[in-house]
Formats: sequence, C-alpha cells, structure tokens
Amino acid sequence: MADMRTPLNKVRGLGSARGGTEHFWRQRLTAVSNIPLIIFFIGFVAAYSGSSYEEIRAALAQPVSALLMGLAFVSVLYHMRLGMQVIIEDYVHGEGWKIALILLNTFFPVIVGAIALYSLLRIAFGG
Amino acid sequence: MSKSTTQARPLSPHLQIYRFTPTMAMSIAHRITGTALYFGILLFALWLLAAASSREQFDFVNGLFGSIIGRIVIFGYSWVLIHHMLGGIRHLIWDTIHGLEKETSRRLAIANLIGSILVTLIIWGGAWAIRGGL
Ligand code: HEM
Repeated sequence: MADMRTPLNKVRGLGSARGGTEHFWRQRLTAVSNIPLIIFFIGFVAAYSGSSYEEIRAALAQPVSALLMGLAFVSVLYHMRLGMQVIIEDYVHGEGWKIALILLNTFFPVIVGAIALYSLLRIAFGG
Repeated sequence: MSKSTTQARPLSPHLQIYRFTPTMAMSIAHRITGTALYFGILLFALWLLAAASSREQFDFVNGLFGSIIGRIVIFGYSWVLIHHMLGGIRHLIWDTIHGLEKETSRRLAIANLIGSILVTLIIWGGAWAIRGGL
C-alpha cells in the first residue's frame, strides 16, 4: 500500500540512530513483563528444586505453568538481547567485532529459546 | 595529518577519579548481574531439555544441579536475579522522574542490595521450611 505520510512525518522522532526510542522502550516493556514472569519462575524453581522426574514433568505439563514458563523465556530472552546489545555498543568499537558480536547476540537468545520452547511443548504434549 | 590529531589530547576523567558511592556500585552491579543472567539462562533451558528427553538424562542433569556446586550456582543465580529485578524496578521508578534526588537514590541503592539478600533468603528459607530440605 502506498505510504501517504510526508517525508518529514516519516523521519520525525527517529533521531540520528534512525531507531528512535524503540530500543529503550522495548527494554522497559520487557522489564515490566519480566517482573511477574520472573516471580513465577523463581517460585517454580524454588518449589520444585529437589523434586523427582515425574513431579517436575507433571508440573510443567500443567497448561498454566507451561504457558507462564514459555512466556518467561520469551520475555527474558528478548529483554536480555536488547540489554546485551547496549553493552556491546558501549565497549566494542571496532566495526568488525561489533557486527560479529551483535550477530552472536541474536543467535544465542534464539538458540536458548528454541531449546526451552521445544522442551516445554514436548513435555506438555506428553512426548 | 594535521598536528592536532597526532598530539596527545586531554581525555575526560575516567572512573578512578570519582569518589565511590553506593549508586555507582549498584549501577555497575546492574550491568554485571544482567550479563551473568544472560549466560546463566542457558542452564535452565538445558534443564528443561533434560526433563523433555528421558529419565536418565534428567537424573544426570538434576544430579549436577543438586550437587553442592550446583546448589551454590542456583542459589547465586537466584540472588543475582532478584538483585537485577529490584535494580530494574529502581530504573522503572526513575523513568517516572521519581527517586532521583541524591539522598533518595542513595537509599534506593542500599535498599536494592539489602532487599536482594533478604528476599533471596526468604525464598529459599520458605522452600526449605515447606519441604524440609533443599
Ligand atoms: C526480573 C525482572 C527484570 C527487570 C525488572 C529488569 C530490568 C532491566 C532494566 C530496566 C534494564 C535497563 C537498565 C539501563 O537502562 O541501564 C535492564 C538491563 C538489562 N537486563 Fe534486565 N531486568 C529483569 C530481568 C532480566 C533477566 C532475567 C536478564 C537475563 C537473563 C536480564 C538481562 C539484562 C541485561 C543483559 C541488561 C543490560 C544491562 C546494561 O545495559 O547495563 N534482565 N534490565
């Protein structure tokens, strides 16, 4: 669809990095969503530390636990990727290194997320 | 190249010249805890993977987590996590332009540290009391 906005409107608020405040805002958004999810996560780990294979699988197969656990991973992984990007930008100044680390900073959360979500689905669906 | 770019130029003062303050310590602590949490989360994903794989795999991984070193790591991770969460809440309060006064921010920094220790002890103390063992 044709973009009806004027050129000035398109660039307003984007600033010199072309990204505007989006990064900052998403860091805050995920910080807020992390709070309840992490409280659940810590409670779950503390409650089930030392439990047996059956107990833990049964607990993780509960729909509410499975969903909260999945959401906790998604929210935290997105949040930590944003956070680590800022750390890289602060300390790594060589262009090559910076790009390599920013790439790795995307791969790592995606891999951790794939492992966690695959495992949760497999447990939930009784695999 | 012009002379000005080859000559040593004055640098802005670096960290070591500032007087140490609690807010400064908690600021760097937020970054260090965030980094530790970033890498440590892999352990929990692997724990889930073991639970999804087989009883043998789970018992092996759970055994590692249940060892003395494993327990210290999990206890440490929970402390670091709570510290970062309270520090993050502090950031969110600051985002509303509250709590930025010198004395308030100093108190928040100290509360962050003490609060994180207390909450961690309460959680594991509670888990211990309910189940009668860690
Ligand atoms: C539990 C709730 C959490 C809250 C409320 C929270 C809050 C925040 C906030 C507000 C920031 C931005 C700080 C700044 O602008 O200087 C931040 C940074 C960060 N967070 Fe979190 N966070 C939480 C959990 C986590 C978790 C679980 C991880 C990792 C697994 C994590 C990793 C990071 C990293 C790597 C940074 C960047 C640190 C920096 O730039 O110095 N956070 N967090």
